[in-house]
Amino acid sequence: MNENETVMSQEYKEAITSLLFQLADDDFLYAYRGSEWLGLAPHIEEDVASSSISQDSMGHAAMFYKLLEDLGVGNADDLAHSRPALDRKNSVLMERVNGEGYYMETPLYDWAYQVVRSYFYTQAKKIKIDSLCESSYSPLADTAVKVRMELYYHRLHWETWFKQLLSSTDVAKKKMDEAIKKVMDDFGDVFSYGNEKLLIEKSRLISSEESLRDKWNASIEPVFAALQMEVPKISDKPTKNGRNGEHTQDLVEALHTLSEVYKFDPIATW
Amino acid sequence: MEASLEISPGRVYEVLEGVKDPEIDSISIMDLGMVVEVTTVGNNVKVVLLPTFLGCPALEIIKKNTINAVKELPEVKDVQVEFVFHPPWTSDRITERGHVNLRKFGIAPPPRQIEADGSWHIECAYCGSTYVTMENVFGPTACRSILYCKSCKNVFEAMKPVSTLM
Repeated sequence: MNENETVMSQEYKEAITSLLFQLADDDFLYAYRGSEWLGLAPHIEEDVASSSISQDSMGHAAMFYKLLEDLGVGNADDLAHSRPALDRKNSVLMERVNGEGYYMETPLYDWAYQVVRSYFYTQAKKIKIDSLCESSYSPLADTAVKVRMELYYHRLHWETWFKQLLSSTDVAKKKMDEAIKKVMDDFGDVFSYGNEKLLIEKSRLISSEESLRDKWNASIEPVFAALQMEVPKISDKPTKNGRNGEHTQDLVEALHTLSEVYKFDPIATW
Repeated sequence: MEASLEISPGRVYEVLEGVKDPEIDSISIMDLGMVVEVTTVGNNVKVVLLPTFLGCPALEIIKKNTINAVKELPEVKDVQVEFVFHPPWTSDRITERGHVNLRKFGIAPPPRQIEADGSWHIECAYCGSTYVTMENVFGPTACRSILYCKSCKNVFEAMKPVSTLM
């Protein structure tokens, strides 16, 4: 790692840092929202599966935060728990609540939304990870190779749910259509690098925003074709861009809840 | 006068045979193919490990147990354990003895071969039948799946295959 630090230009380091925060914060919030389904998923096997996916995704977030720690940006646990909403770089889609209510009281969560969000995000993550396997920053490329193996099962899982619910009853189909609309309203910043676009793209850390977007479209097109549906369009002008620290109250509340235990005793060893 | 005894990597490997997976105590980290390198400088030891699954909560425990086990060697002064991702851990790294030890615990070992279409075949951990169905590819830990044997009518677990081809 020291070797990298000495030869790395300031600009290159900034690009890696920005990208790693985006990747880490995405998985961190995605895993957190997934974990809120614990005990609430439609059936027991799904409870096991989604918890496992959330656990893997939290592991991926931890690895990205660790890469930031190796770059001297800060302690990985701190980066995960202690940064305020304004500093977060996750897509707005990852921070959205699962539905109405609070999971400890009366959760009226929307499973269709969870399926669509998870499927679209996992597919997007796969496109990014495939590109990151060729990253100019080798510690990130090595991590991506490892993440890709686990992601294989996640993608398969969510694709199955997506197809099945859209081939199910009229009620299921209606809920899924509404969920697709809701997810797409927030999808504009998923492939955005925000203000760091130029910096990140010229560092050959990952493909361009446009190239990733095209690949995502192409990758889910066969699934939509089989369902006789059109691939929804990704907006290039998101209403809020999480990559630039633009977030909702949902994130503020999520961070408050998830960091409660950590802040209670920050030096505890887990 | 005390002679300075240098520690050999071979001795360390022997000790690592005794470091078990905290969640499957019949199998060692050597059986699992997690140990990628052992280096010694004088009386200091460095062990490089591969994480199986990135979110596996047992990793920190394995690290601690590895340090404690190696420190048991009287000549050892300092022990360092590092996790690396290259080469990536795949289920093919589990040794033949690892396969035997997994079965002892009631877990079917991962298939050695994955078909071109991504499908794979697993034998029941109890009766060896191939007449099995997948109940859930996700199991009680990140590395395990849940299956059902239609021959002996038992639910059993299998190590999930992971490969760079996926």
